Amino acid sequence: MSFLRHHAKFETNVLLLMVGILVTVIIGGIVEVLPLFTIQETIENVQGIRPYSPLEQAGRDIYIREGCYVCHSQMIRPFRDEVERYGHYSLAAESMYDHPFQWGSKRSGPDLARVGGKYTNDWHVRHLTNPRDVVPESIMPGYKFMHRPLAYDDIVPRMKVLRIVGVPYTEDDIANAKADLEAQASSDANTEALLQRYPKASLGKKDRTSEKVTEMDALVAYLQVLGTMVDFTTLKSDAIR
Amino acid sequence: MTQATAAFGSNQPTPYFDDVIKKFVLAATFWGIVGFLVGDFIAWQLAFPALNLDLEWFSFGRVRPVHTSAVIFAFGGNILFGTSLYIVQRTCRAPLWGGAALGNFIFWGWQTIIVVAALGYVTGITQGKEYSEPEWYADLMITVVWVAYLLAFVGTLYKRKEPHIYVANWFFLAMIITIAMLHIGNNLAVPTVFFGGTWWKSYEIYSGVQDAMTQWWYGHNAVGFFLTAGFLGIMYYFVPKRAERPVYSYRLSIVHFWALIFLYIWAGPHHLHYTALPDWAQTLGMTFSVMLWMPSWGGMINGLMTLSGAWDKLRTDPVMRFLVTSVAFYGMSTFEGPMMSIKAVNSLSHYTDWGIGHVHSGSLGWVAFVSFGALYYLVPVLWQRKRLYSMRLVNLHFLIATVGIVLYITAMWISGIMQGLMWRAYDSLGFLQYSFVETVAAMHPYYVIRATGGILFLAGALIMAYNFYRTIKGDIRTEASYEAPVAAAARG
Repeated sequence: MSFLRHHAKFETNVLLLMVGILVTVIIGGIVEVLPLFTIQETIENVQGIRPYSPLEQAGRDIYIREGCYVCHSQMIRPFRDEVERYGHYSLAAESMYDHPFQWGSKRSGPDLARVGGKYTNDWHVRHLTNPRDVVPESIMPGYKFMHRPLAYDDIVPRMKVLRIVGVPYTEDDIANAKADLEAQASSDANTEALLQRYPKASLGKKDRTSEKVTEMDALVAYLQVLGTMVDFTTLKSDAIR
Repeated sequence: MTQATAAFGSNQPTPYFDDVIKKFVLAATFWGIVGFLVGDFIAWQLAFPALNLDLEWFSFGRVRPVHTSAVIFAFGGNILFGTSLYIVQRTCRAPLWGGAALGNFIFWGWQTIIVVAALGYVTGITQGKEYSEPEWYADLMITVVWVAYLLAFVGTLYKRKEPHIYVANWFFLAMIITIAMLHIGNNLAVPTVFFGGTWWKSYEIYSGVQDAMTQWWYGHNAVGFFLTAGFLGIMYYFVPKRAERPVYSYRLSIVHFWALIFLYIWAGPHHLHYTALPDWAQTLGMTFSVMLWMPSWGGMINGLMTLSGAWDKLRTDPVMRFLVTSVAFYGMSTFEGPMMSIKAVNSLSHYTDWGIGHVHSGSLGWVAFVSFGALYYLVPVLWQRKRLYSMRLVNLHFLIATVGIVLYITAMWISGIMQGLMWRAYDSLGFLQYSFVETVAAMHPYYVIRATGGILFLAGALIMAYNFYRTIKGDIRTEASYEAPVAAAARG
């Protein structure tokens, strides 16, 4: 059979076989992945999305460190029950500054895409310290070790790298990173400039067990901003079609 | 040649480098047990959260990547290295290119990576991308070892004395090339250390929707190539070898090979149905996932039909039971996968335990079982023993592990479908019927059943390790042998 005879060329030539494999496996990625970087409509044009504040970004790094994404999604699907349970379905724009994305793949716990503002700061701190104190049936691990001080000496290098990979932090943002971080975690700081740079940031000391900025402060600040940046009361449906 | 070993059943030296294969076999056995143990531990954590011990190094979120990396990359990786380098030498009738030195570099390099990555996870060093958690420095180490592996494999193919490259090697080669592409593509990141930060942190160059698509282009094909193409290579050598029958259809192997590696790459978006990924990409992902059913079953048919005329071996050879059952599980999970990739089904199954059950019917039933079959074949050959210490223990392992898998996947089917239905249930007044935590509480009995199944699977692996220990020691158990009833009757 001629088809078998032709295939013998691949079976008797290592280089040809390798090239054949590479060409075969590269096509799917070229068609499915690359256009997402070039098609403008991939990310909706909506108002309100901003880079994370230094404290929120530090909290996000803790979220990643602890592997929260293995049990919590951050992606609300456009179904009646999900929208009623969690809020408006998620937009691509809402994770455009997420390096890496944290959409998740499993909900051993609820979706967190719009957890911001749903619970009080005190609730979050108690819940993270021992989840079963506030939700008796919860199977989430306790995170009482997060009352320890936050390591944020390297917040400037982190923001610089994020700027390189595409997050639009300004020189001003980076110069004020440490001050902004401390101000956001303080109950009596001047936060005017901070709020100008990072509107809707959740202000004030969250973790009352320590005078210092703790990991808990950072994580709760991140959780409290999740899903709150876009104002869906004024958003026209045409903008996200 | 100091590395030369004797051919099976004789004292004739062969020109193959088998010492390093022995190391891969032992490492695979060890990491398999570690991976199953850690997996079962986190399964109990989901049933009894006190087992997180309120200590950061034991919390589910940090230990779960230890389990997935240990079973995929440590157990699966060592199996792939060991079997592929064993097979490529024999089917090419050529000694390993690079010899013992390159073989040992690959072996020790890979074990180092495993330890470095796992220590990172428990201390909180992770990229936060599933199955791609190691940070940039571990990613670089993986790249170096992987290139060495490519060189050893291709070099051996190049020096072959057989005119044709055997079908198993096509699958291994596709796995090596594609994993290299995926690993580099998905791990492009900028480390903070170059800008005055710590050395253990980097940020991915992709974000949001593009990162999601890149991640599942990688993630689904870590399954498709590392855990499927590579293990099909194992099937294409050990099933015909053990059955002493030729591969059923040469033509089918050509068609399903090219179709499988072409279609698999497109299937990633089925992990992102109904998300913010554009619809066109979701539709492509679903379409190609459904089509993928065909080449997958091409492989299953080729594996099972190779048994034509040798089905009696199922009665007399417990190792054959592992191999055949693995191919059957492969067929089952490659039907379930395309079905779950249909958007309407996925709307129910996604985010639930059904996905976990699906993965484990593939990984326990297919990947681990075909690996056990290969290991049981390899140990007596490599250590030049007449046979395994005990075939009865092989059968015990088979029975215990099979019951374990059945408990595992049925528990996850029930809990997954139940949770999916509870999330979308409405009461007669039009309100959501269940709070989220009520659906969590309802999972508890199934999590206990699943973890119990895991214990059985782990126990089976321990039995295997004991069998290997006694085999390598040179012991042979006095036991009734497996033979065909006809032969037994003839003997009287």
